Amino acid sequence: MTKTIIKIENLSKQYRLGTIGTGTIAHDLNRWWQTNILKNPDPYLKIGEANDRAHKGMSEYVWALRDINLDIKEGDVVGIIGKNGAGKSTLLKILSRVTAPTTGSIKVNGRLGSLLEVGTGFHPELTGRENIFLNGAILGMTKAEIRSKLDEIIDFSGCERYIDTPVKRYSSGMNVRLGFAVAAFLEPEILVVDEVLAVGDAEFQKKAIGKMQDVSQNHGRTVLFVSHNMASINKLCPKSIILKNGSILSEGKSNNIIEEYIYDNLSENTLNDNIQSKDGTVKLVKITINNGKKLLTGKKANFEFDIYFANLVKNPAFIIAVKSLSDENIIFLSTEPISGHYVGDCKGKTRVSLSIESLNLGAGNYLLYFGIALPKIQFLIEPTKVCSIDVQPFDVYKSGYHIHNNKSLLTIDHSWQVKSIK
Amino acid sequence: MENYTLEIKPKSKLLDLNLKETWKYRDLLFLFVRRDFVAIYKQTVLGPLWFFIQPILTSLMQLVIFNNIAKIPVDGMPPLVFYLSGNVMWQYFSSCLTLTSNTFRGNAGIFGKVYFPRVITPLSMVISQLLKFGVQLSLFLAVWGYFMIIGGTEVNLIPSWHIVLLPVLIIIMAGLGLGAGMLISALTTKYRDFTFLLTFAVQLMMYATPVIYPLSFVEGKMKQIIMLNPMTGIVETFRYGFTGAGTFSWELLGYSIVFMAVLMFLGTVVFNKVEKTFMDTV
Repeated sequence: MTKTIIKIENLSKQYRLGTIGTGTIAHDLNRWWQTNILKNPDPYLKIGEANDRAHKGMSEYVWALRDINLDIKEGDVVGIIGKNGAGKSTLLKILSRVTAPTTGSIKVNGRLGSLLEVGTGFHPELTGRENIFLNGAILGMTKAEIRSKLDEIIDFSGCERYIDTPVKRYSSGMNVRLGFAVAAFLEPEILVVDEVLAVGDAEFQKKAIGKMQDVSQNHGRTVLFVSHNMASINKLCPKSIILKNGSILSEGKSNNIIEEYIYDNLSENTLNDNIQSKDGTVKLVKITINNGKKLLTGKKANFEFDIYFANLVKNPAFIIAVKSLSDENIIFLSTEPISGHYVGDCKGKTRVSLSIESLNLGAGNYLLYFGIALPKIQFLIEPTKVCSIDVQPFDVYKSGYHIHNNKSLLTIDHSWQVKSIK
Repeated sequence: MENYTLEIKPKSKLLDLNLKETWKYRDLLFLFVRRDFVAIYKQTVLGPLWFFIQPILTSLMQLVIFNNIAKIPVDGMPPLVFYLSGNVMWQYFSSCLTLTSNTFRGNAGIFGKVYFPRVITPLSMVISQLLKFGVQLSLFLAVWGYFMIIGGTEVNLIPSWHIVLLPVLIIIMAGLGLGAGMLISALTTKYRDFTFLLTFAVQLMMYATPVIYPLSFVEGKMKQIIMLNPMTGIVETFRYGFTGAGTFSWELLGYSIVFMAVLMFLGTVVFNKVEKTFMDTV
């Protein structure tokens, strides 16, 4: 059995909303009186509310985190997902000891390095080299450690030419590269990473993700990783946790967790009945998927969209797209220009049907998108999530083997030939 | 039961110095000092020479106004030596105080992203100011040496044995600045009122320190008030050590030491209490 390396027990964090001024003095004095003189529990801990950012609440105290219990084992790479304000960053901040919890505790076994931002403490007047030392020391490295890795860091950052120039002359991308390069050579047993990979160009992101994978897989370190990018969560983290309004909604294998997270968001948004143009004159009325039958891998599929046009619309183009749960485009079709199907004018009730001869998608869940474009590249309805679709497994290759989308998003007609050659 | 190396809890003990961890971060302390010292004079030609210009100009200005116009005596020293000694000492204390009192607000950006023992920051400020003080002290020594060699002044500028107290004086000043600065920085995280108070208080306190007048010049009740200022004993001892003129008493110096100890204790306790959650209120 592997050791527990982080143990979170009944962790809660309360925040006070609004500004600090004369009003807070009264609360501070009352709290001090109640807890230090009367030895009562803090009166303001009782009145907090769950942290739901969109709705007006009664209390000025909210719980950014409420009763979090979590065990993280040595070597685990755990993704933390959740909407804005779900408490992800608060959790990381408490773990990084930037702020303390209100109640509860976290026990950690080993050196913990956190990366809530890259290039923390860079001084604009100092050169890249000087900043590597400064930033490394802030992250907890000793000078000797940094010196021994200096060449690797400079090489990884790809800023060799600028290394003796003050960082104020750097482009923002170079700043990030240098910052991440320092952090990449941090060697704690536990690494806590907030969404820092979202910056930098594509080449660098790939490099950064690669480095993270290397750290977690080859060096057996424990990593906690917050991201909104489901694709990178899926790639890096075998396990995930969903946070919702300050509590853990569920935890488990990343595949399942990501699906659950997306379903949770879908059901909240009730997208189905609310797809219309900005002025409300064009509206999606009804959708029918495969005449109510199940979608099967490699089989015929049919999508019907009923749209109501209140006014005459000239030459609309209909868009139907399928994306993976991590929002990668898989299929993108439009009447014009992609399929070259001229629609003409539309008014009143209109039915758009899309027939697919063979639905070459691995079994699993996908997202269906719908939109309407007008000539001159302008959207009447921007491609919008309509619903999720569930493709059932089917023995497309006639081998008894089912293709699931965690193995392969696509299926394809193919044949093999294996023979010895001279 | 497993052993955990770190436990993150809501509140810490009253006085949790965590010296072991602070020692681990000594390289950071050094790099902060270097940053503060180097960064100020990047992109200047004269560099640290600017450290000379500030006290010289201030002293010359005071010489004209307080000595030539207001005719305030200078204990028989060459006026430039008198004013320079006061300014060099006062500058160190006041810049320690003003810089450290801004610890939490000025570093919220870093503190909000990374953990390291917070006390490193005010410590680094006190040390980098010490470097500046060293440069300015050498300026004072040059001026003092010059007047000692040409002679012809009322006091003969022969140093007394009290000159060996200089390191003690520096430690007391650093402690006073650090203690008060930590206290104020902790208080300003939530209520900004103290920032306004501080600018005023530092100005006022300079006039309550024998920088532009000798302690022997004031009498009666005023003298007692000025002797309540812990900086008084320090400036006077410094002058006495180098020139043999002025006031020196063990009581005055002892008072400064006790004051410093109390301030350091209070500052550390309050700083400790605030450092864990200040990010929520700053």
